[in-house]
Amino acid sequence: MLDHAISDETLLSVQNLSKHFPVYKGIIRHQVGVIKAVDGISFDIRKGETLGLVGESGCGKSTAGRTILRLYDATEGTITFGGQNVAELSGESLRRIRPRMQMIFQDPQACLNPRMTVSSIIAEPLDEHATVKGRAKQDRVSELLDAVGMNPRFANRYPHEFSGGQRQRIGIARALALDPDFIVCDEPIAALDVSIQAQVVNLLEELQSRLGLTYLFISHDLSMVRHIADRVAVMYLGKVVELADREQLYADPKHPYTRALLSAVPIPNPEVETKRTRIILKGDVPSPANPPKGCRFCTRCPEAIEKCHSVEPDWRKLGDGRHVACHLAE
Amino acid sequence: MDAPAITDSKAPVLEVQGLRTVFHTSEGMIHAVNGVSFYLRAGELVGVVGESGSGKSVTMMSLMKLLPEPPAEIVGGSALLEGRDLLRLEPSALRHVRGGEIGFVFQDPMTSLNPVFTIGYQLTEPLREHLGMSRSEARARAIDLLSLVGIPTPEERLNDFPHQFSGGMRQRVMIAIALACDPKVLIADEPTTALDVTIQAQILELVKSLRQELGMGIVWITHDLGVVAGIADRVMVMYGGLVVEHARVSELYARPMHPYTRALLETLPSLDGTRSDRLRSIAGQPPHMTQAPSACPFAPRCTHVHDRCLAENPPLVEAAPGHDVACWWRPPEQVSESEVNADA
Ligand SMILES: Nc1ncnc2c1ncn2[C@@H]1O[C@H](COP(=O)(O)OP(=O)(O)OP(=O)(O)O)[C@@H](O)[C@H]1O
Ligand SMILES: Nc1ncnc2c1ncn2[C@@H]1O[C@H](COP(=O)(O)OP(=O)(O)OP(=O)(O)O)[C@@H](O)[C@H]1O
Ligand code: SF4
Ligand SMILES: [Mg+2]
Ligand SMILES: [Mg+2]
Repeated sequence: MLDHAISDETLLSVQNLSKHFPVYKGIIRHQVGVIKAVDGISFDIRKGETLGLVGESGCGKSTAGRTILRLYDATEGTITFGGQNVAELSGESLRRIRPRMQMIFQDPQACLNPRMTVSSIIAEPLDEHATVKGRAKQDRVSELLDAVGMNPRFANRYPHEFSGGQRQRIGIARALALDPDFIVCDEPIAALDVSIQAQVVNLLEELQSRLGLTYLFISHDLSMVRHIADRVAVMYLGKVVELADREQLYADPKHPYTRALLSAVPIPNPEVETKRTRIILKGDVPSPANPPKGCRFCTRCPEAIEKCHSVEPDWRKLGDGRHVACHLAE
Repeated sequence: MDAPAITDSKAPVLEVQGLRTVFHTSEGMIHAVNGVSFYLRAGELVGVVGESGSGKSVTMMSLMKLLPEPPAEIVGGSALLEGRDLLRLEPSALRHVRGGEIGFVFQDPMTSLNPVFTIGYQLTEPLREHLGMSRSEARARAIDLLSLVGIPTPEERLNDFPHQFSGGMRQRVMIAIALACDPKVLIADEPTTALDVTIQAQILELVKSLRQELGMGIVWITHDLGVVAGIADRVMVMYGGLVVEHARVSELYARPMHPYTRALLETLPSLDGTRSDRLRSIAGQPPHMTQAPSACPFAPRCTHVHDRCLAENPPLVEAAPGHDVACWWRPPEQVSESEVNADA
């Protein structure tokens, strides 16, 4: 993490946000239930900061990111950004706020139209929002390519002519086109080789300190999140179970799930690995269509007590300032 | 869990020499594997790491002759399984080896398990074919195997189909199938890459405990240097279709010699150590493999590159006891260690 200025000002505030997907069955497609992909999450992100969002596959990280950007309509809750509740905006007011919030995707291949040149891919958001035209537009494309460390001469090539890391740079350039304040980075390095990941993460950090960007950094790579994030939120089955400053979270995780997750990460050091005792969780993550009663982690929690199976723990603030949802944490 | 030194005295079960595999494609020849040699002893686990496209899978698929030829062509080398060259076996003998003496597990269990057959059928079929077991013997063994890999109430799961299992459980079933005939060699190609870390931790624990029980040789392909650190006895690092470094796991992480390995270990952010402000990165891109290497394949990205690297591909040589490296450069600490025997 490069030095970057984090202000006290809250840029984005998410309160009690939920996104439920209906589950249909049969030919007449009647609704038989809901998947509670995101189920009442709350956090603030300060201007200039990076909030890491971690958790296992299917816990709702992408859904949370997409709902915040209004790529999905929220089922419940508020998303306060620039003094407005984004969850309730529509029409022209939604259109006006969109350029300020952008997304970088996991698979750079999937989100770059193979029949468009790099230049038109990056210029597309400029066209949509009609900000610049002609010569000025080409200049802006060159400037963006330059900003992500690519030669502006590449502007007329096609995505398939680039490597994964370069394609991710193109995706980043496109996300930057409209001068956003806030970017959801959804697993931006997961599809890249280890030797290329560092290039992309360094670029994201440079851009952050240069342009004052604020990131929601979604990842399942806990080591990389420790590197890039200022604070970290841990999700399990649609809920945020712990939210803490980076150092607090990694040095002293309070939620049993955070502890298990950190203990499961292999460390590239044989001496450390042979001495480590792991918390091995039993079984699999339950279905978000039918989450357990009480605490959602109770079916796998090594520390669960009776109460955990019946009473859902509150989202509490502890003495050291972090938030956690566990009956036992103190 | 560190393998006892006694394994060193045993003859290898698998010995691969100078393996070379190319692909004939419409855009020309791809030199995927360019002379790979390694060995595997009973009871040991060799980790294979390297970036995407470095030839890890093609190496292992080649020696089991699992690649369709064409487009693939094995153009050189040998792969001795207890003295018999797998590359020159009759197809019928080879079928007996695959799934019998050599078991394998791939990254995505959904593509390797057949969706239309029950788990029970897929487990008992190789037992009946390779070991000639009766239906009831095979069933009993299948139940044992499922409980060995930690599937609860295995009797009840035999009639289930793959889609009724979670990702982690399917991978356990794949491991059970691979272990079914008590293979001498197990080849696991990114078996945990598609799984969540908590499920991966379950599988790695399982493999650690099984190794002690079963005593087979295991090749474990992964791009995760953390996984290798926890389970391997020895590690091979591949780059550009070549083994560029090979050593015991503790030696490799403590004294990496190849500039690629060194850079790779340095780029990794740490979960427990000090945090740096900026990650070290490796500039440039991996090679295209459209030409057989005539220079060091890492040269375009290497910070220690010099004239010789561009003129001659460095051979894999033993640079320290049990530590092989393919590089014209030597780390300064190693040079000073051998010249003046002082600690730096
Ligand atoms: N469009 C959708 N319709 C129905 N269900 C969905 C949809 N998108 C996601 N889900 C479900 O919501 C849950 C959360 O999914 P989501 O993609 O947000 O998880 P994630 O944490 O991003 O996982 P991953 O790490 O695998 O990307 C999952 O059970 C998923 O199957
Ligand atoms: N069927 C094929 N046709 C043409 N080229 C191929 C084919 N299969 C593999 N290759 C090429 O062979 C080289 C080695 O591929 P291989 O799959 O062994 O890499 P790997 O090290 O296993 O990578 P990964 O980590 O991505 O699995 C690559 O350059 C790849 O593009
Ligand atoms: S041989 Fe030369 S280019 Fe290749 S890794 Fe060694 S120093 Fe670098
Ligand atoms: Mg996701
Ligand atoms: Mg592979």
